[in-house]
Amino acid sequence: MAKVVVVTSGKGGVGKTTSTAALGAALAQSGDTAVVVDFDVGLRNLDLVMGAERRVVFDLINVVQGDAKLNQALIRDKRVETLSLLPASQTRDKDALTSEGVARVIAELREKFDWVICDSPAGIEKGAMLAMRHADIAVVVTNPEVSSVRDSDRIIGMLDSKTERAEQGGRVEKHLLLTRYDPARAARGEMLKTEDVLEILSIPLLGIIPENEEVLRASNMGAPITLLNPTSAPARAYFDAAKRLKGEKLDVVVPLERKGFIGRLFGRRVA
Amino acid sequence: MNLISLFRRNNSAPVARERLQVLLAHERVIVGKSDLLATLQEEIMAVIAKHIAVDRDKVQIKMDRGDSVSMLEIDVEVPSPEKIRAAAEG
Repeated sequence: MAKVVVVTSGKGGVGKTTSTAALGAALAQSGDTAVVVDFDVGLRNLDLVMGAERRVVFDLINVVQGDAKLNQALIRDKRVETLSLLPASQTRDKDALTSEGVARVIAELREKFDWVICDSPAGIEKGAMLAMRHADIAVVVTNPEVSSVRDSDRIIGMLDSKTERAEQGGRVEKHLLLTRYDPARAARGEMLKTEDVLEILSIPLLGIIPENEEVLRASNMGAPITLLNPTSAPARAYFDAAKRLKGEKLDVVVPLERKGFIGRLFGRRVA
Repeated sequence: MNLISLFRRNNSAPVARERLQVLLAHERVIVGKSDLLATLQEEIMAVIAKHIAVDRDKVQIKMDRGDSVSMLEIDVEVPSPEKIRAAAEG
């Protein structure tokens, strides 16, 4: 049974695209089939983070408008064969996305993949609404910082009212992904703690991604962090988050930058 | 700068936490309210419009939230018969 996941946040720059790429890759690396879909029409970036920017021929808009078949627009990843990308358009504006067209494409993707991961644009406009519209699961990406937490709260409200599931009386499963977290600063009282953010937003925790220089290196290199450096602290956090998406019950720890099992030994249990 | 002020300077997370709790408690009410009132306004207008021709601006809907009871106030200004007749003849 295919699952549609929206990676959303309201605020820009918190790590939606990085997280979409890493979660999509982690799920594909576990043997499931996954497609990452860029909904940020006009400002596409998922192709770049995935390292597929030179392979884009057709995009989501072409498929939505019937100018291209889904198979022509899907880009198969060269590193993990179960991973694909559906890029956004660079030139068109977001009004080219129609509600019916998106519904049709999502339905078609559900047939082909175990996981459909939608990278939402920032903001609360049409593009963000369409990205969350058909979701079964929402990953709310939040930084431990006041403006990001406030925007996440708005987005959670919208997930509860503006999605297809909400309108049919159901609910979208919501998860918090705390990114750019610095456990040392949080311990010193310089940064909101995980418990603070969880208490304020009151949705379950999917994972904590520590602030780490490998994340920037991964986007520089055009590879999801889980592929570029699978043993790095953020990659391990994304692997665990992917396992939780698949329903595994794991304690949430902040992986530390130590090698192998010692890092896990010293990873602090936080929630 | 003594030790206490050093400690205070760094301890900004509790301030962030408290500001957010106050702000969001307020915003959740406003956002929820505006959505509900907009829906009510639309549906009440539709019902009234079936029977009386009223100006959109003449229908006011307010919600006062109290601790134990909330008051929904609907204020519809219906044009007088003379006015309607005058409009029909003019």
